[in-house]
Amino acid sequence: MKHLMKHLRPYGLQAVLAPLFKLFEAALELLVPLIMADVIDVGIAQGDTSYILRRCLLLAAFGLGGFACSVVAQYFAAAAATGASAGLRQALFGHIQTLSYQELDTLGASTLITRMTSDMNQVQTGLNLSLRLLLRSPIVVFGAMAMAFTIDTRAALIFAVVIPVLFVIVFAVMLTTVPLYRRVQAKLDRVTDAARENLSGVRVIRAFSQEAREEADFRGRTQALFDAQRFVGRLSALLNPITYAVINLAIVAILKTGAVRVDSGAITQGQLIALYNYMSQILVELIKFASLILSITKALACASRIGQLLELPSGMADGTLPLPQAQDAPAVELQDVSFRYRGGGANVLSGITAAIPHGQTVGIIGGTGSGKTSLVNLIARFYDVTEGCVRVNGADVRALTLESLRGAIGIVPQHAQLFRGTIRENLLWGRPDANDAQLWQALDCAQARSIVEEKPGMLDAAVESGGRNFSGGQRQRLTIARALVRRPSILILDDSASALDFATDAALRRALQNLPWQPTVFIISQRIASIAHADRILVLDDGRLAGSGTHRELLDSCAVYREIWGSQFKKEDVQ
Amino acid sequence: MNSSSKLLRRVLHELRAHLPALACSAVLAALSVAGSLYIPILVGRAIDRIVSPGNVSFAEVAQLLARIALTAGLTAAVQWLMAAVHNRVCFSVTRTLRDRAFAHLQHLPLRYLDAHPGGDTLSRIISDVDQFADGLLMSFTQLFTGVLTIFGTLAFMLSIDWRITLVVVVLTPLSLLVARFIAGRTYSLFRTQSEVRGEQTAFVDEMIGGARVVQAFSRERHVTEQFSQINARLRRASLRATFFSSLTNPSTRLIYNMIYAFVGFTGALSAVSGAITVGSLSCILSYANQYAKPFNEITGVITELQNALACAGRVFELLDAPCETPDAPDAQALASANGHVQMQSVSFRYRPDRPLIEDLQLDALPGQRIAIVGPTGCGKTTLINLLMRFYDVDSGAILIDGTDSRRLTRGSLRASFGMVLQDTWLKHASVRDNIRLSRPEASDSEVVQAARAAHADAFIRRLPEGYDTVISDLGGSLSAGQRQLLCIARVMLCLPPMLILDEATSSIDTRTELRIQQAFDRMMQGRTSFVVAHRLSTIREADMILVMKDGHIIEQGRHEELLAKNGFYAALYHSQFAPDAP
Repeated sequence: MKHLMKHLRPYGLQAVLAPLFKLFEAALELLVPLIMADVIDVGIAQGDTSYILRRCLLLAAFGLGGFACSVVAQYFAAAAATGASAGLRQALFGHIQTLSYQELDTLGASTLITRMTSDMNQVQTGLNLSLRLLLRSPIVVFGAMAMAFTIDTRAALIFAVVIPVLFVIVFAVMLTTVPLYRRVQAKLDRVTDAARENLSGVRVIRAFSQEAREEADFRGRTQALFDAQRFVGRLSALLNPITYAVINLAIVAILKTGAVRVDSGAITQGQLIALYNYMSQILVELIKFASLILSITKALACASRIGQLLELPSGMADGTLPLPQAQDAPAVELQDVSFRYRGGGANVLSGITAAIPHGQTVGIIGGTGSGKTSLVNLIARFYDVTEGCVRVNGADVRALTLESLRGAIGIVPQHAQLFRGTIRENLLWGRPDANDAQLWQALDCAQARSIVEEKPGMLDAAVESGGRNFSGGQRQRLTIARALVRRPSILILDDSASALDFATDAALRRALQNLPWQPTVFIISQRIASIAHADRILVLDDGRLAGSGTHRELLDSCAVYREIWGSQFKKEDVQ
Repeated sequence: MNSSSKLLRRVLHELRAHLPALACSAVLAALSVAGSLYIPILVGRAIDRIVSPGNVSFAEVAQLLARIALTAGLTAAVQWLMAAVHNRVCFSVTRTLRDRAFAHLQHLPLRYLDAHPGGDTLSRIISDVDQFADGLLMSFTQLFTGVLTIFGTLAFMLSIDWRITLVVVVLTPLSLLVARFIAGRTYSLFRTQSEVRGEQTAFVDEMIGGARVVQAFSRERHVTEQFSQINARLRRASLRATFFSSLTNPSTRLIYNMIYAFVGFTGALSAVSGAITVGSLSCILSYANQYAKPFNEITGVITELQNALACAGRVFELLDAPCETPDAPDAQALASANGHVQMQSVSFRYRPDRPLIEDLQLDALPGQRIAIVGPTGCGKTTLINLLMRFYDVDSGAILIDGTDSRRLTRGSLRASFGMVLQDTWLKHASVRDNIRLSRPEASDSEVVQAARAAHADAFIRRLPEGYDTVISDLGGSLSAGQRQLLCIARVMLCLPPMLILDEATSSIDTRTELRIQQAFDRMMQGRTSFVVAHRLSTIREADMILVMKDGHIIEQGRHEELLAKNGFYAALYHSQFAPDAP
């Protein structure tokens, strides 16, 4: 809410003018019964047709005036609502960019996308409606009461009693049903989840003949939804009939009092009709108001979800120092590093210590879930260590600005992800000012030249979202090229050659060894063949450093490494 | 037209169980309309008896007021009852349709499910059903009450003064024209808005999905800048669509106000001439409002109805999609299979115009390990689809222990195969329940045993709540390898006589794989297994290697035999698997 107000502020004028013009329109509407009363009391009573004509023309003029006010109000409301929500969207998107991996893990992409899209749309609609209508209904309701007072105080007292009663009814029904509707939504989500899961797991479900159980589970969920819907449906269906009954009882009261007042000459017949008309106006407004409150409650729920996200601080404070130049200090130094994911049980890495000199190639090998990816993620400071310290060029990564640190690192993630656009645009992610020659050089090194040359338009060939118009192996090579374009001083390849065949993998390895700027290279792999040539191999086992050294040394000294080797090369293969 | 009337008949047929309730709600609607139209008349009469000082007949007024109160009370009760009946029908139609659609889904052939995107099927079950029930039933009631109100008002007005009625009847449709005019103009604006919105959603989807890469390359600022360009376009499009569409209400209100003024004028003139009373004028004025309102609602209702019908059509399409051929009435249950699998001249195509598997022959003896290798798209996975009868062969036959698999019940056939796929699927449930999926009656200690055999026990224990940790899609706390281990544990738990492993260990490190392999070896004593794999060790020790290319088995034999042949396998082996042992 607070955030929404902040983004509404630039549109303050529009946000004030919209309800103001709505107010003018409502005021004109409120005058109509009075004019009709004049028509009856003066025009009809005296048979003055020209008076009737003038009054009715005035009514028509009010109609036109109301129309003009309302058009202006709609425009300002739309301008303020779309403007404020565009600002909010921009702020949220910007904020999401500052979240660290830690938060992205916990929140999950689909939550973030929902906040950015459907929640935002709800907020925009809700804001637009509020600006237009939120003030209108109370104005009409209380205006009608005020008008009633100008006609006759005693009759108007009925308004003064009935209006609070009506508001109590509307809010009582709203307050009880809104949380119930939220429950209905939650039950519907459970139904959706079950159907989605069933669709995606159809092969496994059928393989294990689980169809009947799935059906029973689904029926249970639809039954729960049905029960919740019926309960809230019954409650909310009370609103309109009760309001209707109360208003009509009020009309009875007005006519009863009115009869006495007309008889005593305190008010005229026309004024009595005006009082009756005011009560009818209130009925119409309240029904609109109730449905307005419903959609505003929804929008408020969305706005508060957006607000929570905006207030979520990035779990990682940016450092202040620029990355120091390579000196005598090792390129990367891990000192007694332990790491644990937030809320995730045991340590993923424990007590890792290693110093990597500049220009070395380091292989990292270990079992599934042994912490290989976590280790390199600490170097680029995607996560902060739980204990110990990671240094790059001698400086603690937490002290460095993220931009300077990551600017020196080229990372090729496990999941080869490209973005919609052209091949060139994707490669320029590495370095925005790279020229074509440099791009081709990187492609050559990544063994990706042929991929680009095969495509029509070469570097300008289209990449569909997620890079789905490329095969897994092609995507891997392009993401390697993207990292190379940057000429990083630290290059990290996270199992990023897994989809390459043997020959390509070997060629890639050779090319990486001969990079002219001699970066420090980290290669994560499951295959011993891909890392055996490294200057140093780190062997991880359940988050601990089980061995460190060259291939030869490790074969002699490290049992885990020997076992991995054994699983990949049987004796007879080694000539 | 014909198809939509057919659709309508189908809808009525589907709703037949609820027809009494619908009829009841129609009667209630009629009563409620009558009640709400009757009250202004009573009020008008009362006003005619409250004329001026000394000219008030209290007794008659009191009587009329009692009638108003009674009518209002009854009308309110009827309204509530109507809503309750309507809700009941609507919600139970929704539930029944969903249950049926879901049950149907369990019997749809994989051919259908593979060909239709999951999101599309999902939206048929969820949002289409909602829109159908909501839209259709809501519209029925609204349409019905709307039409009743129009005719009722018309009748009442005619009974009071035919000239004024004529004015109202002639002028009101104007508002319809105006509403339609605006809707027509704003349609393209809305389309632009939803196009830009779609573009923005796609961008957000991509950049948030790829947030890690964005950060790794410090592209946050650039991406935010790109977003702001789309955002500005969306703001402009939104403003135009919102503003122009929100002109409908003021415009129609303008017309009502004009009508009101006009009716007021002619009515007042009639009153002056004594043709009608003041009370009747008041009544006619309130009718003029009531009469106009349903017209606007009806335009909305008609689009809603069309939309609801379209949704109904999509739901019926799903419900009408033919099921897989049911098990033959005399189908046998396959109990404790030996695992002798034969394929006799099997041919199969996903699409009639694209030949895939042609005249395939295979004889796998009980206990043999069959490795399937070949380039992508050669039909490896198809073979598994056929073995599991996810798809039926076009011609030829697959025999299990000498019986045509189509003469076996699907349940028993599939229960005889333990299947682990590369694409791991886990339920949103605890780890324990996920493993237990293969044998729901298994005890906790059996689950743990299976997890140990799959080398999953150690990492499961490290999860925040061990075996009770709920696996969620979003958290992504499990690595691909860990997910595969859970799927393997599942098969370890049920120990079927035959195994299908489709790249089942592709994300697991070689050391763990080796251990799992040993566990499989122990459990595969006498079990026939089909293994699609890309790793040398797995393939080399197979009793038979099937080399597939373009749907044919082009080579068949043991590793050494095939290498000696120096054919396709040898070439594949040298390019893909040859180790450069250091």
